[in-house]
Amino acid sequence: MTAPASTQILDLAARFPDVVSTDARPGFSGFIVKKENLVEVATALRDEFGYDLLSTVTGVDYPAENKMEVVYHAFRTIGGPGIVFKTQADRVEPIEVPSLINVWHGADFQERETWDLMGIKFTGHPDLRRILMWEGFEGHPLRKDWKEAFFEEETKPFKSRWPEGNHLYAEFRNPYRDNLNFPSGFDPEQYQPQTEDQLYFSLERSSIKPKDADLKTDSIVVNMGPHHPSTHGVLRVAVELDGETVTSLKPVMGYLHRNHDKIGERNTYLQIMPYTDRLDYFNSMANNFGYAITVEKLMKIPVAERAEYIRVIMAELTRVQNHLIFIGMLLNDLGTLYTPALYAFEERELILDIFEAVAGARMMCNYFRFGGVVRDIPDDVMQKIKDLVHDRLPAKTDEMERFLNENEVLMARLKGMHVLNAEEAVRNSVTGPCLRAAGVPYDLRRADPYSVYDRFDFDVAVRYNGDMYDNYLIRFDEIRQSLRILEQAIKQIPQGPINSQKPQYQVRVPAGEAYGRVESPKGELGYYVVSNGKPNPYRYHVRAPSFINLTALETMCKGNKIADFVALLAMLDIVMGEVDR
Amino acid sequence: MEENKYEGLNLPNYNIPEDIQNVVSVTTLDRLYNWGRRWSVWPLMFGLACCAIEMIAAQAARYDMARFGMEVMRPTPRQADMMLVSGTVTKKMLPALIRLYNQMPEPKYVVAMGACASSGGPFKEGYNVVAGIDKFLPVDVYIPGCPPTPQALIAGLIKLQEKIDKQSIRKVRWYQKGKADPNYVPMPILGPDLIDVRRNAEYKEAAARKEGAA
Ligand code: SF4
Repeated sequence: MTAPASTQILDLAARFPDVVSTDARPGFSGFIVKKENLVEVATALRDEFGYDLLSTVTGVDYPAENKMEVVYHAFRTIGGPGIVFKTQADRVEPIEVPSLINVWHGADFQERETWDLMGIKFTGHPDLRRILMWEGFEGHPLRKDWKEAFFEEETKPFKSRWPEGNHLYAEFRNPYRDNLNFPSGFDPEQYQPQTEDQLYFSLERSSIKPKDADLKTDSIVVNMGPHHPSTHGVLRVAVELDGETVTSLKPVMGYLHRNHDKIGERNTYLQIMPYTDRLDYFNSMANNFGYAITVEKLMKIPVAERAEYIRVIMAELTRVQNHLIFIGMLLNDLGTLYTPALYAFEERELILDIFEAVAGARMMCNYFRFGGVVRDIPDDVMQKIKDLVHDRLPAKTDEMERFLNENEVLMARLKGMHVLNAEEAVRNSVTGPCLRAAGVPYDLRRADPYSVYDRFDFDVAVRYNGDMYDNYLIRFDEIRQSLRILEQAIKQIPQGPINSQKPQYQVRVPAGEAYGRVESPKGELGYYVVSNGKPNPYRYHVRAPSFINLTALETMCKGNKIADFVALLAMLDIVMGEVDR
Repeated sequence: MEENKYEGLNLPNYNIPEDIQNVVSVTTLDRLYNWGRRWSVWPLMFGLACCAIEMIAAQAARYDMARFGMEVMRPTPRQADMMLVSGTVTKKMLPALIRLYNQMPEPKYVVAMGACASSGGPFKEGYNVVAGIDKFLPVDVYIPGCPPTPQALIAGLIKLQEKIDKQSIRKVRWYQKGKADPNYVPMPILGPDLIDVRRNAEYKEAAARKEGAA
């Protein structure tokens, strides 16, 4: 069984008697910190109690109680359960909460996201701009009283669809005949769009200007993306350059912001499952996994034994496939056009065949259910998995390593090129292979075991130089460890039912909150779900590793050449579906 | 030598002596022109979302889109013939997308790949999602699926080739005389919400009505 996201090992309320109180709402856990003392408590948590990794920051809107709540989850990189603490602010403008960016730098983007979508101001944040929507957008969409243009009803299933089934096109219901919503009396001809000055000012502020240089040079700002072949999707990065050296850099995202949270809060619990597929679209199985264990935690139901193993098998196959693609794409970015990527895609197709056979879809598997999985693995597919795990994949991994690892050009390019050291990585809440390549053996499958990972014998892949070469090699290490887990799982998998529950459309989820996390191939993938006992989640938030890992991008690139930027970005292994959600 | 029927260049019913069949074809200008274009549709290298991954898979070894002359992905719009809108178009992304489209030289085609590009798909209700790229660009082929499998993608692209086969130089919209660039799409503006400047008057009226009601 999974360990609860937070346990009361640490009595924060006793340490800060007047400031901190225990969260006593039924189904909730953790502590509520007075917002005036938030920074003080957070600093103590980091320095006295060793919670060095801030996992999530997110907001919850409670209009009924006239409160806005900010929820923090912090963990120790030495492993073990984490701590959840909250702070509350009255729901009157301006809603203000002190920023924790100076305690954990990893709060940077997450606080900006909370400001953007919930409208909570983080005082002391140096660069509090909108992050997913554009400047000038009307309103803060995740507030409970904010309605999207195609709003129909608070929760699904919509009455017009079921049981009546006579719905109207969303376009016909909207006054603008489109997915649009303007303030009343809006005159588009008079409208002056906001400029992007703020973005460029934020670059200016953090730039290092050589004071005593004889040569007067000007720095230039280059915008890479959102259409750029090496930004892995629609990421845009504003880079300030001094010659060829990066002096400052800000990622601009939101070009694929598909409103997961808002749509999720309208959906029923089960309806969210296929949406999670589309977060990190390389790894739909891993996304399903995280969401399933979170809701299971809330529902307090066990998972069928056989299903646990199936889950592990699917999650590890996903990881192998992801890392192979990573290697192919990285080499693509380094200039080895296509050949390694074609090799990687060949293996990926074989793994996707298995997904297709069990789930019915190649990429968007939608395979997990609360309490188990949706279909069993047929015998012939099991045989295919065995062949892959025992023969094909190890052989192909060897082959790739033989071709690439000792390659002189590759080594010259990657070796000694610093990515992140342990301190920088932890400070920026970087998780996943990049953290482990910096020498921190933090892998949730070990640090906070979920599912049946505690039954397998495997090593946490870790490397210590934190350079590009280590970041590259660690992917191979992880493939090998995944194959090790797969071998054991295939051997140990018991017969039996694949779901501990009856199949059902509507699950009953008691009121409460849960934070579930899994080690996805990109890092710590977390889901924070608040239930109020209704068929739809009250709050649904995804802690996306790609998004949070990007916090470190500026640290990684500062002082390096612009040509290295492409390779450094590739190291983070981001997927835009997950960055922007 | 067999008749050049696969490439469809030679018109039927012209009997060309056997020894010059590989160098001579009798055909129409349209046919020659379409024949040239249908085998070299260069897509804009441009991935929006999940569908882009299937697009890459279609390029890779198993499906190999190169068989249809569509493998030369061009990162710059100025060299591309076809825009494969492979994923969810968000409001924030739309101005960039339209700018790319406007920069593409004619003849140019748009293929909407997947449910999102065709109609908004699973994310249609999202506040940042454009419910179908056809609200802005003239779409030639829609490919259903979420994501469409590589086979479906290739089938869609073959449909595009068939469409090209039927075109005539005299009638296609980009060679019409006397009209100001009929393909130019004005840039939308990101305001309180997405402003499609072609519909300004409509917005103004609806917003005023809303004010009256409020
Ligand atoms: S149609 Fe489906 S797979 Fe394609 S971009 Fe939309 S959600 Fe992703």
